[in-house]
Amino acid sequence: MTDPILRVRSLSARIAGQQVVEDVSFDVPASGVTALLGRNGVGKTSTIRGILGLIERHGTVEFAGERIDQRPTHRIVQLGIGYVPEDREVFSKLTVAENLRLAERGGAPNRELVDELFPDLVARAGQQAGTLSGGQQQMVSLARALINDNRLLLVDEPTKGLAPLIVQDVANALERAAGSVPVLLVEQNLHVVRSLADTVVVLESGRVVHTGAAAELLDDEELTQRLLGVAAEVES
Amino acid sequence: MSTVVLLLITGLGLGALYFLVASGLSLIYGLMGVLNFAHGSFLTLGAFMGWEVARRLGQDSWWGLAASLVVGAAVGAIVAAATELLLIRRLYERHIEQVLVTVGLSLATVALFEGIWGTDPIYVDGPAWLGQTTELLGAKVPNDRFMLIIAAVLVLLAIVLFLRHTRYGLIIRAGVENRAMVTALGIDVRRAFTVVFAIGGAAAGLGGVLASHYFGYVSPHLGGSLLIFAFIVTVIGGLGSLSGAAIASVIVAVLQQFANFYLGGTGDLVVVLLLAVVLLVRPTGLLGAKA
Repeated sequence: MTDPILRVRSLSARIAGQQVVEDVSFDVPASGVTALLGRNGVGKTSTIRGILGLIERHGTVEFAGERIDQRPTHRIVQLGIGYVPEDREVFSKLTVAENLRLAERGGAPNRELVDELFPDLVARAGQQAGTLSGGQQQMVSLARALINDNRLLLVDEPTKGLAPLIVQDVANALERAAGSVPVLLVEQNLHVVRSLADTVVVLESGRVVHTGAAAELLDDEELTQRLLGVAAEVES
Repeated sequence: MSTVVLLLITGLGLGALYFLVASGLSLIYGLMGVLNFAHGSFLTLGAFMGWEVARRLGQDSWWGLAASLVVGAAVGAIVAAATELLLIRRLYERHIEQVLVTVGLSLATVALFEGIWGTDPIYVDGPAWLGQTTELLGAKVPNDRFMLIIAAVLVLLAIVLFLRHTRYGLIIRAGVENRAMVTALGIDVRRAFTVVFAIGGAAAGLGGVLASHYFGYVSPHLGGSLLIFAFIVTVIGGLGSLSGAAIASVIVAVLQQFANFYLGGTGDLVVVLLLAVVLLVRPTGLLGAKA
């Protein structure tokens, strides 16, 4: 078995003095999609932000065998981590093209891939990102991550608040990306989780309460209901 | 009519000075959330160093004036960048400490300037043309007002071109909106902080030399007196908005001039009342981002 791309050990994080992640440990395999699941407010987004150093955190985080928990955020990202934040966080006053240009880290951006995945953005290159619809802003957010060659993608609730048709587009883009780069995905939509995720890590009250194969969890209605508070669509 | 024209052009000249100080303040606050109370010191130092250069090259020569403007801007940029690197950088997100340090620096530098150049104003001369007037729509307008307006317009254009067409400009515009997300794209936003401080310091240093010609003297308190109005302009324009700072500079200075002339020297009071009205009606300023 290959070493995990990301190893998180005893991660704790605080926001404004409040403990939001407590002693979280899990691995992200070097391929496929790992879904970070849990009810609202259990610390999924804080875990992602803690890994990136965007909030005050303690514990050990190893990326490709290298400790990154003492590094500033920009150095962690420069190692090859793409980040798609919750709520998109596009730069609303910059154009679509400027949002993408800002995100380019190296000399050879994946322009063709981005143009192919999000043709709508090509047509709207000169439009201010703040004037785009929610779905289009999510495309910009995803494109900013996919424009670079990454070794890991951290994707936080990419389908939140989107229309079903756009959800499918986002899922397709992530599936395409996951073919070449491992993904740690926070997602509430279990249909998307089922279609993309290989493994799952479930949080409750800031702690890991379950890890395993995605299908195992989602096929177990009682377990899904108990851990996530929602009924999974069990495949027949 | 001629009085109105004179007040208007003089107001625009004063507005140009306010803008040169407020542009840096606004960019620095917008990107870093730092209220830089030491900004006036960059202006004063620029003015003193500009005067030192001009008097060696000949205060009445255009070369002396040009060199003083360049040196004033350069000194402002260097000292501002050094301030950011040595003092401010370790205090990001610590707003009370930032205020204490920048206020302390402004007080200490005034004392330093008094120690070096004395407490009395030093009168400044320039090329003879600056002391003359040009007739415009019946008004005899002092020529230095035109120099101030042209300088401020050039600075505004230069900053806009820099922000729109350079990578650092892109980083700064994005950082004003969401600094954390810029770092999450793998960008060391701290370098942009230093660049913004340097740009603000250069504008302030340039403004210092121009202010010494507008007021006719340079003194250790020159920056402090202009800083108060520059802060008012920055708040009225909207913290972080360069266009807002430019518009508010003109409104505040012109209003101040007219109130001083027609309302018995109440210009400062009218400006403070305007600030209060803007804060009540539109707390984010004319072009500031909505909370």
